[in-house]
Amino acid sequence: MPSPYPRLFILLLPVMILFGAFFLIPMVQLALAGASGPQGLAAYASILTTPRHTQSMIATLLLAVSVTATALIVSTIAGLFLARHRFPGRSVLLALLTFPLAFPGVVVGFLIILLAGRQGVVGDVSRMLTGEKLVFAYSLAGLFVGYLYFSIPRVILTIMAAAEKLDGALLEAARSLGASTWQVTRDIILPALRPGLIASGAICFATAMGAFGTAFALATNIDVLPMTIYTEFTLNANVAGAASLSLVLGLVTWIALFIARSLSGATTAAAA
Amino acid sequence: MTSSTTTSITITSCAKTFADGTRALEPLDLSIQAGETLVLLGPSGCGKTTLLRIIAGLEAPDRGGRVLFGEEDVTHLPIERRNVGMVFQSYALFPNMTVWDNVAYGLKVRRMDKAAMKQRVEEMLAMMHIDALADRRIDQLSGGQRQRVALARAIAARPRVLLLDEPLTALDAGLRDRLRGEIDALLRSLGITAVYVTHDQAEAMVLGDRIVVMSAGRIAQIGTPRDIYHAPANAFVADFIGTTNRLRHKDATLVFRPEDADLVPPGEGMAQGIIQVVHFLGDRQRVHLHTDDGEAVIVEIGSRRRVAPGQRSGIAVRPEGMVHLSGNAEESAA
Repeated sequence: MPSPYPRLFILLLPVMILFGAFFLIPMVQLALAGASGPQGLAAYASILTTPRHTQSMIATLLLAVSVTATALIVSTIAGLFLARHRFPGRSVLLALLTFPLAFPGVVVGFLIILLAGRQGVVGDVSRMLTGEKLVFAYSLAGLFVGYLYFSIPRVILTIMAAAEKLDGALLEAARSLGASTWQVTRDIILPALRPGLIASGAICFATAMGAFGTAFALATNIDVLPMTIYTEFTLNANVAGAASLSLVLGLVTWIALFIARSLSGATTAAAA
Repeated sequence: MTSSTTTSITITSCAKTFADGTRALEPLDLSIQAGETLVLLGPSGCGKTTLLRIIAGLEAPDRGGRVLFGEEDVTHLPIERRNVGMVFQSYALFPNMTVWDNVAYGLKVRRMDKAAMKQRVEEMLAMMHIDALADRRIDQLSGGQRQRVALARAIAARPRVLLLDEPLTALDAGLRDRLRGEIDALLRSLGITAVYVTHDQAEAMVLGDRIVVMSAGRIAQIGTPRDIYHAPANAFVADFIGTTNRLRHKDATLVFRPEDADLVPPGEGMAQGIIQVVHFLGDRQRVHLHTDDGEAVIVEIGSRRRVAPGQRSGIAVRPEGMVHLSGNAEESAA
């Protein structure tokens, strides 16, 4: 019998070429670039040693965590409601809810400016009501709203898919044992949704960590990590700093996705 | 603490029309005595599950229907406040909990104190012979073990009424017979009012103090297993429970069961026919005949007699074995 390895090698060759050309080589270059500055390898510690970089990292993490938490709460409630109720206009509502997925980050940023910018709706209304013009588009608050806007549909779709797979008899069994609506939700529904919540939460977190378009559209002085990388690279010509920050950002996001994947894998295996 | 007093159930003019206009249940009245096991038997779509769900509080009857547990009107109480135990065909065990936690769930929800809860759960696990499985996850259990856990969970909080929705349907034949016997013993020892839904007549016969045969959203007959089998109210009940033969004889239709007929030498008996098929069942033989008038008849005979397809034979029916339909014998099955 001929060895299967030569064939396997030929079949894997295309993906290996792609992996090498577009992933491995740039990554190595990026890693080298990070260490090529006047500080050498110490550039990798700049996330801790340069106060501006540390602040940027903390702000980005806080933003990503709060967007993820808010998106999960809002979408779980909405997703469960949509999965369990049939009403006129439901399919239209579903189509509208997934609409934000079609927009790139720059467009979302533009929408936030229309909403809460200097000429925005929120500003007009608040001036009429209080005399003060409320403008929050060009800050972390604007970014928070923008990220929430395109995170919610993703989570809703995941939650709905999980909720529709949920065995109705489980809920009836829990109720027959005397469980209130809240107890059924806590003890039966949320554990069943856990893998979906973890998976979509990880996607939200990763997106919020790395999204650039929205931040760029809103203002160049929002201090989130992707913007810091951009400024270091273009304005300060600090290639080494930008490269080291990029790797740190990539690593944090990758770890979050990895943890989420192993957690949700373990729980789906347990539920199967 | 919840009391374990069992209760009677009274259902008055309960009908059920679903949102799409389907009438699942015609208005019906039914009373179930305290401690009785009542079996709802019928083909799928006959309304038996809908009736069970109305008793459980999972469905509301149409306006005008009332459900009473003893003296208490529970029509508007949701299931979580009716204090019923329920066993589902799919078991519906919580996959995120161990066997122990499943059985304890109803007690936890009722905030029973820890020591009493531990004692009760252990008692239930022992009663269902699953004490060794306490720490297992649900996906590590066989079908029979799952159903035992489901039963233990349903009776742990000492419900007023136990409701069972085709609990044995998903199991294979041998296990089904064993668990059927165990459920029977359990219901007798608990003395609990139980409503048991099934489409399996053997299950209905073994378990039911009384059987309600249902058809097309109506009650076709209520009676003891003996009444239902030997004095079916109409052709539907006669045909649904056991096998019935119909034979035209001197301007009348004779209705009888295969075990009440016998093969006799040709020329004797009330009809003549040719043996088509013989099924040897071990304890008896089932013989299919075609009569000279072109009717199909099934006769059961002892397992040691020698008969073969192609033989001519007479068919005799024991006089006491005639089934008298209380309704119109010619009425077609609904």
